[in-house]
Order: sequence, then C-alpha cells, then structure tokens
Amino acid sequence: MIQPPTLPTNYTVKPGQIKTSTGKTIRTEEMIINMGPQHPSTHGVLRLEIVVDGEIIVDCIPHIGYLHRCFEKHCEQMTNYQQVIPYADRMDYCSAMTNEWAFALAAERLLKIEVPERVEYIRVIMAELQRIASHLIAVGTYGIDSGAFTPFLYTFIDREKILDLFEMTCGARLLYNYIWIGGLSHDLPPKFIEQTKEFVAYFRPRVKMLNDLLSYNEIFVKRTANVGVLPREVAINYAVSGPQLRGSGVNWDLRRDDPFVIDHKLDWQPQVGKGEVGTVGDCWDRHIVRMREMEQSLNMIEQALAGLPEGNVKAAIPKRIRPEKDAEIYVRTEASRGELGYYIISDGTASPFRVKARGPAFVNLSVLPEIVRGGLIADLVLTAGSIDIVLGEVDR
Amino acid sequence: MTAQEIFDVLKAKFGDALPEEKLSAAGGSAAAGFSLQVWITIAPGRTKEICSFLRDDSEMQFDTLSCLSGVDYNNGTFGVVYHLSSMVQKHKIVLKAFCTKEHPHIQSVSSVWGTANWHEREVFDLFGVIIDEHPDLRRILLPDDWEGNPLRKDYKVQEFYHGMKVPY
Amino acid sequence: MGLLDQRFENGNVFITSLDGLLNWARLSSLWQMQFGLACCAIEMMAASASNFDIMRFGVIPRATPRQVDVMFVAGTVTIKMASRIKRLYDQMSEPRYVISMGSCANCGGPYWEHGYHVLKGVDRVIPVDVYIPGCPPRPEALLEGIMKLQEKVRKESMIRKRA
Repeated sequence: MIQPPTLPTNYTVKPGQIKTSTGKTIRTEEMIINMGPQHPSTHGVLRLEIVVDGEIIVDCIPHIGYLHRCFEKHCEQMTNYQQVIPYADRMDYCSAMTNEWAFALAAERLLKIEVPERVEYIRVIMAELQRIASHLIAVGTYGIDSGAFTPFLYTFIDREKILDLFEMTCGARLLYNYIWIGGLSHDLPPKFIEQTKEFVAYFRPRVKMLNDLLSYNEIFVKRTANVGVLPREVAINYAVSGPQLRGSGVNWDLRRDDPFVIDHKLDWQPQVGKGEVGTVGDCWDRHIVRMREMEQSLNMIEQALAGLPEGNVKAAIPKRIRPEKDAEIYVRTEASRGELGYYIISDGTASPFRVKARGPAFVNLSVLPEIVRGGLIADLVLTAGSIDIVLGEVDR
Repeated sequence: MTAQEIFDVLKAKFGDALPEEKLSAAGGSAAAGFSLQVWITIAPGRTKEICSFLRDDSEMQFDTLSCLSGVDYNNGTFGVVYHLSSMVQKHKIVLKAFCTKEHPHIQSVSSVWGTANWHEREVFDLFGVIIDEHPDLRRILLPDDWEGNPLRKDYKVQEFYHGMKVPY
Repeated sequence: MGLLDQRFENGNVFITSLDGLLNWARLSSLWQMQFGLACCAIEMMAASASNFDIMRFGVIPRATPRQVDVMFVAGTVTIKMASRIKRLYDQMSEPRYVISMGSCANCGGPYWEHGYHVLKGVDRVIPVDVYIPGCPPRPEALLEGIMKLQEKVRKESMIRKRA
C-alpha cells in the first residue's frame, strides 16, 4: 500500500538478510522492542511494540489505553449537559478551548440554540489563541524529539503569554471551562483586546524566528525531510485530519469546507504541505503546516478582534437543558489536531444518553504503523512526534 | 446528493439489505440544514458490501469515515453508527446497523476504510459487539483481562483488578 | 551559594553535622523522572521550561528510573498504568521520593465516582511523600511541592541507626 522511504544505496534490505557495504550477506532476525509507556518521546503514555529487522521497522503495533479516563461514561452519568464541559476540557488538555467549544456547539445544535454574534467572535479568538498555544507545544516538543532543546524554551515563553491572556479571562491556565452551552461563562475582561493585539504584534516576528531556529535548520531538515511519508490516499482512507492531513497535500479544513461558525467569513488560507524540501507528506511538511497555521491564526484573531460586536455573551436558555427525545447530532469542528466530532444522543432527560467523542489524535495515531513500516528505527520518534498526539484524547 | 437520493440508490441496488422502507429521522422535528439527523438502516451482515459501494461509486465517493460509534439502546439492541462524508462531493450520510444483545455481530468495514479498524476495536472493547471479519479484534483501551463492557447500560464495575480496588 | 557569599573573613572551614552536609547535597539535586501521565504533565513541562525554570532547584529530568531521586506522578493514574508505575518505582534506587501532582493522582480527582478505569489515588500502589492539590496545579504549586520535599529531606538522617 505504501512505499518505504528510500534507504542508503549500500543498504539493500530483504526479509531475513542484509547486504553490508563490503558486499557480504548477513542473516538477520526479527526482534521485538518495547517502547513506552514510560518513554520521554512518546508524548505521554503511549506504548509501541516494534518489530525490527536490524534497524528497519518491520511492524509497529501501538498499544493505547493507559490514560483511558472513561469520558463517555462520565457524560452519561452527569446530571446535566453543562457538567460535561470540564471533562471535555480534560480530553485534549493541550487544546482545551477547542474541545469545550466543540461540545458546546454540539449541544447547542441539539437544542437548537442560537448564540449571540459576540459569542461566536470571542469563541473564534479563544480557539485560535488556543491553536497557537497547542501548536507551540507541538513544535517545541518536536524540537526535543529531533535533538534541539532550545526551541522548546522559546516556544514555552510565547505559550505562557497566551496562557496569561486566558488566565485574565477565566482564571485558569490549562483547563478553562470558559465556553458554556449557549454562550460563555462571562464576558472578556477589560484590556483583553489591547493585550491580545499586543500579543499578535509581538508574536508575528517570533514565528519567523522559530522558523529560522528550527524549521529551516539544516540538521532539522535532514532529519525530517523524506521521513515518515504519509501519502494522500492513505491519509484519506484513514480519515486523518488537521495539520497531518494538510501536510499530505490535501486542501481540507473544516473551518472552510464545513463551516461551523464565522471562520469562513474571515480572510485566511488553509496551509498545505507542498514537499518543499522532500516528498509531500513527510515529517517536515507536517511541521511546517503547523508553523504556517500559527500565522493564519494570527490573521484570524486580528480580524475577529476588529469585528468584535457588542452584545450579550449568554443566550437565553433554560436552567435545565432537556433536548427532545431521541434527538441526535454529530457535529464536527476543526480542533488544533484535526476533526473533533461529538456524537450526542438524547433520551429526553437532562443528561445525554450517549456521547461519542471522535478525537483527532485517536484517528491520526491509527495510521502510525502504515507510515513507519519500512523506515529506520531512529526515525520512529520523529514520525510519532510529527503526528502530535495527546494521549488524553487518544484514550479519552 | 441528499440523503433521500442516496437512500433511493441504495434501495434499488441492495433492496433486501435495507430493513427500513424509508429514511429514518431522529425524534422531534429535525431542524433544516442538519442533515445528519436522518439515517439509513442497513443489515448488520452486509455493511462491508454497502460501504464499499458508497466509497467507490462515482456519484457517492464517500472517501472518509468521520466517526464510527457503538450505542447501547438499553432495550436489548446494540447499534453501530457510521458517519460518512465525502471530500469530493461534499455530502454526508449516516448509516446505522443494529444487532441484538443475544447475537451481537456486525460485519467489519475496516477493509473499506482503514480508520474503522481502531473504532471497531473500541466498539468491541466498550460494548462487547463482535465485529466479524475484523483483522485484529482485541480490546483496545482496557486491559485484556478486564471483566465486562463498560458502556453497556447494565455494566457493573468489578470490585478488584489484580489486587487493586476499583471503586472509590 | 547566596547563603555563604562574602560571609567569612578568611579560611573556608565550615562546621556542620554530617547529616546536614549529606542532606544539603541531596536536597539540592533532586533528579526527577521525566515521565508525564496527563494534563498535569503539561504544567510540569511548563515548570521545567523558561518562565518557571525548575532546574534552579536542582531538579533535572532524567529518562530512566535508575538515575532519579524523585518521581512526579503528574496526572491520572489508570488501572492499566498502575502496575507500570509500581514497577518504575521499584526500579528507583533508595532513597526515593514520590510527589503526587494533581487531584487525580491524589485521590482520583474528577474521575473518582464514575471512572471505572481510574485508580483512585496513586497512594494505593506506591507511597507518596508530598501531595500537590489542584486540577491541574499551577507550576508555582509544583515548585512549592518541591520545597516541601526539600524540607522533608533536610530533616532526615542517613547515618543514625533506625530503631
């Protein structure tokens, strides 16, 4: 299905034997290596069972579930819909705003609530700030994966600035519970708009600096170009989404193609991997898509700030939310990592009958065996890192 | 294509594999524009056939399986819900396959969409629905020797697991 | 060395107990296991990054349990993960400490009631020295927890015979 990446020419591989540079043929055997769940570069508690033949990965079996926190069970047990939001926060903890937004949106559509326009704008601002913060973690830790520690320190400085903005808005640094069903928990604080504008002005040159520091660094390019190539057809077949899908050259962004909010009214462009330094869909493409998306998010924040209307931040909704009996909805949104969907079934009571969370990281990770098979074991960490998984969402 | 047109095509082609005579709609009044509230019921033993048609047909081109969810309807019925979408045609459809608690078998679609593999393992893990013809049907989230299927409505949590107390 | 800077006329002889010296050395270099579980691990990363700089406390992340003094259990411990945490703890060499970071590791946190797969407190499998409340705790809270652990180390004795 998928072509293995090109290997050094003196390194011809056949199953069970290997030809060395001196022309000798050596018999090889497969070996199983266990990586994780405690491993510094699995970004959490992922366990990979790797079958290797020499340095070549023959197969890779991800084992997940080490952070299975029973999200879907909790949704069914809650006494009302609003109580689900904090649990949705904790699913993808690097990108909590987009998670709670997706759930609130799904519940609002189930209840047919229209939210005020000001809410939509604030949600876009928050989600895009969150996207930058999330991509900053992804880029920083990806730097560590590839052996560069410095970018991590720079990205976290910038991320803290975003967290300060969130903190002044809702008091929390990581898990916010700010976007509620039918609106927001409260309005923006004074000076938020000024400070966000300051941040946007500050951050634009920083993206360029990060690009100079990491993306176009020659060592980094050599480590990531042509590595872990995910072809377009495989990506679509595996329903991969987000920067990983766009890295494979598919121009698909739910914010534009299945608009769920005002995003399509703003002026921005989905970023697509073009294979500038290697093949389309390699690790570098996925990385650069994230870097460029941050700039696009800045554009969106600027426009949303400029167009922010006055008004209420809460729709008039009943205290006890009761959707109609047997109503159901699947709403998909573009979270930081891709398509985040919630499938909610109601049974007419105040708590959901069934909630399925379709996390982007879960689906994006399932394609990992396809892309690492046939590659070198040293590239596994880089490939897994470029997917940018968050285990809280993989396991839910 | 609208859901009704897709249903008509499927009904003409796979008549007996579609148990319902018409398109099913969710309870209450489905609001306009939320086409995901209607669905097509398909026979649990023929999901693969129908899904590969939906993927390959030039009118349909459902290249993406957005979501695959298991549901316990709390009346002795389990369901698997397929949310399909097409990047080319830009349309969406929902399929549902139902099975009984006594005979929880549904055919796998992982040979049609690779992404179904893990979703179906999750359905097997959390609901105990056996996915026939699945290449690698193991528990995915819980440990292999876990007792019961947690998202069933009648699930009782086990008291101990390997000497660790499970309830608070 | 702020405590000793420019304090003495001449000479560098300093009298303290052996315990004091050993404990001072131990508490100033508490190496940490680089190991995160869930949301709290992001705050742990933030604590070790630029703004909070956990390394000024001598806390250096190491990837293997055999080189570390302290394990931060940062996040929800699931039942599938609990046996692995126990094994990692067993692989650490004495004297070893555990900081339980966040409500989930303390007592199950928001998952205490319906979380069928969540271990309700990491202290059910390994002993814990310092509990840090919060969901997630701020990086400052983690630093506070480290200082609490340092106080504990300072009061210990490595030399005296135990009863």
